[in-house]
Amino acid sequence: MEKTKINVTDEVAIHISDMNKWFGNFHVLRDINLEVRRGERIVVCGPSGSGKSTLIRCINRLEEHQKGSIIVDGIELTTDLKNIDKIRSEVGMVFQHFNLFPHLTTLENCTLAPMWVRETPEKEATEIAMEMLEKVKIPEQAHKYPGQLSGGQQQRVAIARSLCMKPRIMLFDEVTSALDPEMIKEVLDTMIQLAEEGMTMICVTHEMGFARQVADRVIFMDDGQIVEQNEPEEFFKNPKSDRTKLFLSQILGH
Amino acid sequence: MTNIAFVRKKEIPPSAPPITEVGLIGWLRQNLFSSWLNSILTVLSVYFIVIILWDFIPWAYGGHWNTKSLRECLDLDPDVACFSVLTARWKQLLFGLYPAEEYWRPTLTFIFLLLAIVPILFPKFFRFFWFSIIYPGLAVWLLWGGSFWSISIVYIGLTLGALFFLTLIRRYLKNYMIAAILAFLFTAVFFLFISNPVVGLLNVILPITLPFVESLKMGGFTLSLIVGVTGIVASFPIGILLALGRQSNLPVIKMICVGFIEFIRGVPLITLLFVASVLLNYFLPPGTNFDIVLRVVIMVTLFSAAYMAEVIRGGLAGLPLGQHEASASLGLTYWQSQRLIIMPQALKISIPGIVNTFIGLFKDTTLVSIISLRDPVGLASTIRADQKWNGIYWELYVAIGLMFFIFCWGMSQYSQYLERKLKTDK
Repeated sequence: MEKTKINVTDEVAIHISDMNKWFGNFHVLRDINLEVRRGERIVVCGPSGSGKSTLIRCINRLEEHQKGSIIVDGIELTTDLKNIDKIRSEVGMVFQHFNLFPHLTTLENCTLAPMWVRETPEKEATEIAMEMLEKVKIPEQAHKYPGQLSGGQQQRVAIARSLCMKPRIMLFDEVTSALDPEMIKEVLDTMIQLAEEGMTMICVTHEMGFARQVADRVIFMDDGQIVEQNEPEEFFKNPKSDRTKLFLSQILGH
Repeated sequence: MTNIAFVRKKEIPPSAPPITEVGLIGWLRQNLFSSWLNSILTVLSVYFIVIILWDFIPWAYGGHWNTKSLRECLDLDPDVACFSVLTARWKQLLFGLYPAEEYWRPTLTFIFLLLAIVPILFPKFFRFFWFSIIYPGLAVWLLWGGSFWSISIVYIGLTLGALFFLTLIRRYLKNYMIAAILAFLFTAVFFLFISNPVVGLLNVILPITLPFVESLKMGGFTLSLIVGVTGIVASFPIGILLALGRQSNLPVIKMICVGFIEFIRGVPLITLLFVASVLLNYFLPPGTNFDIVLRVVIMVTLFSAAYMAEVIRGGLAGLPLGQHEASASLGLTYWQSQRLIIMPQALKISIPGIVNTFIGLFKDTTLVSIISLRDPVGLASTIRADQKWNGIYWELYVAIGLMFFIFCWGMSQYSQYLERKLKTDK
């Protein structure tokens, strides 16, 4: 399939410079420098504990960084709560364990944030929600509760819920890791569709097929550092660092 | 070596379960006679139930209702109940020393109470919630009497304060904190300088008053309900705030909440009630008349708020961290996320514990008899002090127990209904 690279612009969506983070004494992120342009699709991979999830969780401040700077959409992340809320409403995030709100129906999950954060009238919010649920191909589940859906369906609802905020950037944190093999494809298809529409995306994932198909850039992390980054073709064919080679041989070897 | 290859040759259609697994026989087998031990326990339980009822039913069923004294009952038939004490004193058990010609007031208050809780218990009737809002004032006016306007002015003042706050937020200010402080000052000024002349004027123009009834006259189930219902309604929100405070990142707030909860939980309710009835007078300036029922209500409320906080904290701890993260990642503020995502789920998990605390609080209201308020249990002693009924125990306590049981069982049933209704995973 032909990749739609035209989407990538020169505009900077996320600018991270010399960012460091510690969990207690543990130096989890070390001198991270990363510039993401609007429309770019990035896959972050690496062994567990390498800091890849922490990195994207810093982007919407679910984790606080201690050194360096993160600028999202021209707004710098500081302790100012207003900036944080502003950035969070512009940056969508999908989690490994879906984290849908179990006491609300699928539709209510999708309309809640637009109604309370954006103050969208209920009718309009419902229209947007239905549009997004159609996009992830489960409009018929709108009035069910998350507990009544399969894992794959729940994850698609979670994607729709984020999309309802009309985010400019989407973060995906190992979104297929908790799914049965049969359901991974339906979630990946949704993400591919999103990628083709030109959404700026950062995906932490081990789905290398997905990385090959849609990513503009693959980033490999280990020990809290960015070890290697490259275009997917080159990354998989000619990994430069030994650590990358070892990692790739382990995940692609069987 | 055996051949391990296998291919299904025909599909097996689903069929009905064996007869011993369904219907009455199936139920009995599964629940009462599933094993030897279970069967023996079933037979023993039935035996005990039978011997208790064997004595209780003739005692209660043949009871006297219309004698003049316990002596008269015993002369007629000493082996049956003497419910005549209830016939003679039921009004006292319900209303305490409330003036007889004013009994309609607590009765009406009780009927209004039932109406006022409907919109809270059943969202279907939420459009009548305004009645639940005006009910507390209405109840205070009906029970204690006095001028209608001196109660209404409280509502008027608070409404004006709220409107003032909303206008500030909508039109002039963005900062909630400053607006809240200004609105508070506005309300304080209203109550300090404006309310009294207005009430005086209204009393002259249109006097609506009920005869004043003092707190010491309150008694019986009226008193239990006043203390119990107020305690329940007030301790719930305080408990929520304490639970949130205990989880707060701000050390001062956290310390205050933890200190409060641990102190109150570590002290018996009786001690707090004694403080309310006796000690508080030493600390207050001489001549202040701080209503005894109000003092008791405050103590009972604080006491159960501490328990409530811990129950709700349990519910909060039961929520996955992902719920906080998901609501934060959507841009919801702390209070929005608490109100829309966290609390609805935490409270749902805590329903059994919350209702447990409510029921405990309601029954603990009988402890006020120790500080010589006349709740039903206190009245039982008063009634026995009467020569005619000296020596009567069972009948009074069975009746009082039954009344409490009806209320507590109602709460328990409602909580089970609520749990079924809020179940969203099936």
